[in-house]
Amino acid sequence: MVSPVAVETGEASAAEAADGTADFELARAHAAASQVPDPEVPCVTVADLGILRSVTRDENGKITVRLTPTYSGCPAVIAIEMAVEAALLGAGIEAKIERVISPAWTTDWITEEGRQKLRAYGIAPPAGSSGGRRAFFADEVIACPRCGSADTAKVSEFGSTACKAHYRCKSCAEPFDYFKCI
Amino acid sequence: MATAATNVPAILEIADDCLILGHRLSEWCGHAPMLEEELALANMGLDLLGQARALYAHAGEIEGKGRGEDDFAFLRRERQYVNCLLVERENRDFAHTMLRQLYFAAFMQPYCRAIAATSSDETLRGIAAKAEKEMAYHLRHAGEWVIRLGDGTEESAARMTDAVTELHRYTGELFADSPARADAIAEGLLPDPEAVRAEWDATIATVFGEAKLEAPEIRVMQKGGREGRHGEEMGHLLAELQFMQRAYPGLEW
Repeated sequence: MVSPVAVETGEASAAEAADGTADFELARAHAAASQVPDPEVPCVTVADLGILRSVTRDENGKITVRLTPTYSGCPAVIAIEMAVEAALLGAGIEAKIERVISPAWTTDWITEEGRQKLRAYGIAPPAGSSGGRRAFFADEVIACPRCGSADTAKVSEFGSTACKAHYRCKSCAEPFDYFKCI
Repeated sequence: MATAATNVPAILEIADDCLILGHRLSEWCGHAPMLEEELALANMGLDLLGQARALYAHAGEIEGKGRGEDDFAFLRRERQYVNCLLVERENRDFAHTMLRQLYFAAFMQPYCRAIAATSSDETLRGIAAKAEKEMAYHLRHAGEWVIRLGDGTEESAARMTDAVTELHRYTGELFADSPARADAIAEGLLPDPEAVRAEWDATIATVFGEAKLEAPEIRVMQKGGREGRHGEEMGHLLAELQFMQRAYPGLEW
């Protein structure tokens, strides 16, 4: 699924001012915000996760960065907002950080690159597309991010952070996190 | 403003449900029967707390009197909380806690889906869209435990049966139309909870069927929470929940 976010924050739109000329500061702001890692899953950036919704310049010349929370109670939300603000200040840009609630974030917005980074880090990326409720005791097959085996078992649907479930591989015997599909 | 007068109380009902149930789940911290459940209960509590925060912040914005999430969560009196009685019921044992969670999530998951699809309020639609997915996890987790315990050992089945006897009478209030909710329904802010009753009934029937539990026939359902009339345990809960703000008014993290 193509995320509406990727289109909005694409290089072309981020680097162009309202009058069509190149806006280098906006492009730098976008680049700086994109590179901020997630504090709890530092192998991926806010852009990889799809929580960076847009970087825009308003009519008064102020740059606004819009971010969206992953889970309602995710304690990393404030940390992420502060980290993005700091990254922009580091690039010499004072920006306004806005929290966008609607539309709600979904794991469908994690980029392909983000999924590969998660797997390389030892976290199984979300399987399939986000849907509603599933049947009781019906577990999906989650491949082990280390050895690739499909012979895995769920330990708990609620893992070390709100976004992860806890699994165990029965082939290589390693425990691993699964980035839940929501 | 008409919307503030009618919408704020209706949003507070949902927010209070989330806050109080989230607080109840947090009381399990350090007491859960095993590590995985400790994490699961804390995770679910955190989801609910996050939903409550977003709803309080939104209600404060609509109200426009400068009240923020902390004001709503910590600085009201017991009679001003409008949560349903189900969510304030004590944790008791694991059977009670999981059954309470099942009853609530089986309602909130479809209700949030309906809010996300039909509400006239864009922010509320966003909060509900997220909450629906979180409640789907709660529903599965709690439902699976109710089945395991109900269809488990003699003792677990007895405890589950006790929980049903104790808690089932509080489920009617989930669907009750308070004046605030009736206004919100008329304005298109919220869908009618009756619209999801059939789905709730079906979910509970499925779980109880597998858990070998029977739903009691209750002629008069308990109510009062939406009018601020709470059980004795609510005061004890608030004493803990509000302690910091009562002891150090205006304290910020």
